[in-house]
Amino acid sequence: MPVPGLIGGLMIGFAAAIMLLGLGRIAGVSGLLARAMRISDSGPPLVIAGAFILGLPLGAFLVAQFIGPVVTRYPESSALLIVGGLVVGFGTRLGSGCTSGHGVCGLSRLSKRSVVATACFMGSGFATVAVMNALGMGW
Amino acid sequence: MTRSFIIALIAGTLFGAGLAVSGMADPTRVRGFLDLGGQWDPTLAFVMAGAIFPMAVAWLIQRRIEAPMAASQFAVPATGKLDRPLITGSILFGIGWGIAGLCPGPAIAGLALSPSAALIFVVAMIVGMTVHRSFNRSTA
Repeated sequence: MPVPGLIGGLMIGFAAAIMLLGLGRIAGVSGLLARAMRISDSGPPLVIAGAFILGLPLGAFLVAQFIGPVVTRYPESSALLIVGGLVVGFGTRLGSGCTSGHGVCGLSRLSKRSVVATACFMGSGFATVAVMNALGMGW
Repeated sequence: MTRSFIIALIAGTLFGAGLAVSGMADPTRVRGFLDLGGQWDPTLAFVMAGAIFPMAVAWLIQRRIEAPMAASQFAVPATGKLDRPLITGSILFGIGWGIAGLCPGPAIAGLALSPSAALIFVVAMIVGMTVHRSFNRSTA
């Protein structure tokens, strides 16, 4: 759906702009989560990381409450959630970022590291879904 | 301190609301983008385009100002040097993203929408991050 996608995207981009111009920080969710959970020793003050992470479910809750239902179709298999979560957690730390940090914040400043990172995770994401479908593991 | 907390909370809340509005809180829709061989769902590309535009403007402003509004200096990562961890880590991240249809932002926002399923993913993700840290410490 192009229009909600664009509107939601603009909101995400403005949020990232507030983090940069207000606090001088990258709105990279994986890094901020690691910082908020004290898994990472570097990064913004804990109060900034914690407040941003707290805001994510708060914002989603407000939309569901005041704008309308938010569709969330999760895989039924807990195994997929567990394996996916483990690999995402490890990979985003090793690769220094995820869709927000590399994809939104990095691409928008034409960072070479982020362009390469985004190409890698998009490529492996496409490949993973194709392989899962071929193996009958699609959902 | 309080001012930083409020600014970060506003940014996080707007970010989480944007994820919910855009459809990106729905793992099936994200997976639809990654499924090039199926009924391809282009929404994620529109979200990225919408997000990159204001952020690109923000970077142009950032170059022209000395310091952010509510902090003493900018603390932004270097952009140049490519290394193996960046590439290996990003490939791994994409694999997990494809498996579950979730990346960190939508998963954490999902704690308010689909709490039980999102919590399984988020806990596993935190465990994965912790494993990376111990792995890093043992090789450093």
